[in-house]
Amino acid sequence: MVAEITAGNTVTTFPKGGVHPEGNKHLTDDLPIERLPSPQKVCLFLKQHVGDPCRLAIKKRTDKQPSDALLFGRHSGRIYQQLVVKKDRVMEGDLIGCIPGALGANLHASISGYVQGIADGLHPLMGKSPAVVITIDPEAKPTSYSPVDWRRFSRQDLLNRIRNAGIVGLGGAGFPAHAKLDVKPDVHLDTLILNGAECEPYLTCDHRIMVEHASDVIEGAKIILRILGIQDCIIGIENNKPKAIEALRKIIDQNGTASEFKFVVKPLAVKYPQGSADQIIKSVTGRIRPSGKRSSSISVMVQNVYTTKTIHDAVVLEKPFYERVITVSGRGIAKQANLLVPIGTQLSDIVTYLGGTSADLAKIVVGGPMMGYAVSSLDVPITKTTSGVLFLTHDEIDAQTYGPCIRCGFCLDACPMGLEPNQISIYVEAGRGVETAPFGLVDDCFECGSCAYACPAKRPLVQFIRLAKIRIREAEKKKEKQK
Amino acid sequence: MTRTDLIVSVSPHIRQNMTTTAIMWTVVACLIPPLILSIFIFGFQTLIIALISVASCVGAEAISQKLLKRPVQIRDGSAVITGLLLAYVIPPGVPVWMPIPGAIMSICVTKVIMGGLGFNIFNPALIGRAFLVATYPVAMTTAWLVPIRDASIFRYMGSSVDAISSATPLMVLKHDGMAAVIEKFGSLSTLYSDFFFGFRPGCIGETSVIVILIGGVYLMYRRFITWHIPVSVIGSIGLLTWVFGGETLLNGNPLLAVLSGGVMLGAFFMATDYVTSPNQKTGKLIFGAGVGALTVLIRLKGGYPEGICYAILLMNPLTPALDQWFRPKRFSAGAK
Repeated sequence: MVAEITAGNTVTTFPKGGVHPEGNKHLTDDLPIERLPSPQKVCLFLKQHVGDPCRLAIKKRTDKQPSDALLFGRHSGRIYQQLVVKKDRVMEGDLIGCIPGALGANLHASISGYVQGIADGLHPLMGKSPAVVITIDPEAKPTSYSPVDWRRFSRQDLLNRIRNAGIVGLGGAGFPAHAKLDVKPDVHLDTLILNGAECEPYLTCDHRIMVEHASDVIEGAKIILRILGIQDCIIGIENNKPKAIEALRKIIDQNGTASEFKFVVKPLAVKYPQGSADQIIKSVTGRIRPSGKRSSSISVMVQNVYTTKTIHDAVVLEKPFYERVITVSGRGIAKQANLLVPIGTQLSDIVTYLGGTSADLAKIVVGGPMMGYAVSSLDVPITKTTSGVLFLTHDEIDAQTYGPCIRCGFCLDACPMGLEPNQISIYVEAGRGVETAPFGLVDDCFECGSCAYACPAKRPLVQFIRLAKIRIREAEKKKEKQK
Repeated sequence: MTRTDLIVSVSPHIRQNMTTTAIMWTVVACLIPPLILSIFIFGFQTLIIALISVASCVGAEAISQKLLKRPVQIRDGSAVITGLLLAYVIPPGVPVWMPIPGAIMSICVTKVIMGGLGFNIFNPALIGRAFLVATYPVAMTTAWLVPIRDASIFRYMGSSVDAISSATPLMVLKHDGMAAVIEKFGSLSTLYSDFFFGFRPGCIGETSVIVILIGGVYLMYRRFITWHIPVSVIGSIGLLTWVFGGETLLNGNPLLAVLSGGVMLGAFFMATDYVTSPNQKTGKLIFGAGVGALTVLIRLKGGYPEGICYAILLMNPLTPALDQWFRPKRFSAGAK
């Protein structure tokens, strides 16, 4: 199958729906990754991933003396080691929060300094959320990492290193990487798909990672392939990133055909939402995930290219995931950039570094313009899943009020999943959101926003769909209670 | 510190550069050429009828929205479209006030009371016409004018209808047969070219195939409408007329059938109305075929020579059902 794909160099895409928003990637796609000087303060949320919030304590360890950063605390009969308390001194990369139960991700200090305590931070999504606040110690020396050969590690060692590093899926959802990679033995996989589509307009951080860290991405992919016990990896990249395609192909060619792993770079048509899991699986392998099932049911796993690079760092350098590249773009900021920032950096520090915002700034979006979240404050910190911050002017956004559905059907043509956003919105407007379950939005709609992008009546279709999902969930809960 | 000057809303934050208003006014622009041509075919009074029709539709919408305490949304252009289409399906020789009762019926009853834009069951302009045919049957079925073939566009101004009335080719065909049509309108080829350019008796905006086609094709080029409904309407009328329209089977004249009697205007501008036609391709094809079949049935067996107005009105209420029966194919339906 892979051979078939290698033969042609044609651009492939998904068959249904999709939209073509203006890319605006030229603002940042040639700007090299630049390191933001460490901010005075970082704000690290205990929950920046799928699962439960981090716990600030771990069970007492007896094998080792606690470092001066770690103090003891007592909780309900068990001895716990409190990871950090107020006034603690922490170094860059120190563990400050750990996986609480079944699902979660570790949290590490992103700068060296002093713990100010736990405060409610402004979360871009959840409003207020508890966070560890650390202020900088300007005297601290930067942490350095030296590479090791990962090939001598066992599968479990590899997984442990990824688990310890607190890596989450950087494609947007933030699912803990170690949990995703630890597939059950009865699951059959044959292909790893690296997602380098980066279909959201403006965002170029994945592009820069592929261009500047191509070998790390490939090496990370090999680690994943080793963990999964498979050989085939297809890298899907939208065709508007020729430099990334070239860079990765070069590394693959250098490795030669003798390698135990087979890599193929596959250029994809520039169409939103090319980077969505279902769409990229269809684009590169032709397979379709059945509604409500996992992608492992069709023997593939999708990993974002940046996650893969981070996995490389975690395994080879044993470097925790505490800093990331974000794209700062939009015409509302003095200078656009691809910035390497400590996680927890507040937007205000980024704005100051880049020379301030313009007078006609209308909207600040955390994430891409199609699926990101608008925020109203510069106190919002960067989280593990923040891929960009956009400062958009009035000319770039559309803030028109919405009108009634004229049943033009544009949203039906735009929906990549073949759903009916128009009908769902009309039900929700009539206060009958709970009746929309048969439209399949719970399983299939991933809120890509293509429908609302296309709607000439400017209807907030994603908002209506979210409301419908809430109503359906409420009704299900009620039903369960009655049982 | 929250900044109050920032806009916060649910994603997506960028939108396609297209609005309801832009679509509506583009349709209006596509409807202007038939009006201009009608001035040269039937005289200056067609412009006056159209202006009165548009003004009364817009006025009716503004007043009824005010009365119902809804926001007045006449700027979206949908009432202008209704006004133009209503004028286009009225004979050119009627008294100039004729569109006013039609407009009230179109806008107030068919559209605003049903819930306004997006919620009407029937095509407003066609309900207006059906209402006028029922209330002023004589004027609506006899006030035809002989096309002017010189520059005297004010010829019919102020003259009495009786003195100048003609009959439409379809009426002659229905009552007297094909031979009478040839006798009255010249050879078949002259007839076709007159149909094509619009120099024949008929309603104000329906006579010229070419200007309607230009507007319709432009709407398709802009992807505001798809080919499905126009093609299935025109195709089914042609096919069914060929099969059943002649004296024996397979002997009808499909070309005459699709060029005449407002088929083009109906197929491109009325049957494709977003609100009252299905969204899905299959639904659209069935809707169009239904319109075509009913048109031919009315023409051959019913009392009216035209038929497409009632055919569309009869298919309109089937739209929700067609949308429900022919749903979009889900992406995940392709999974093995």
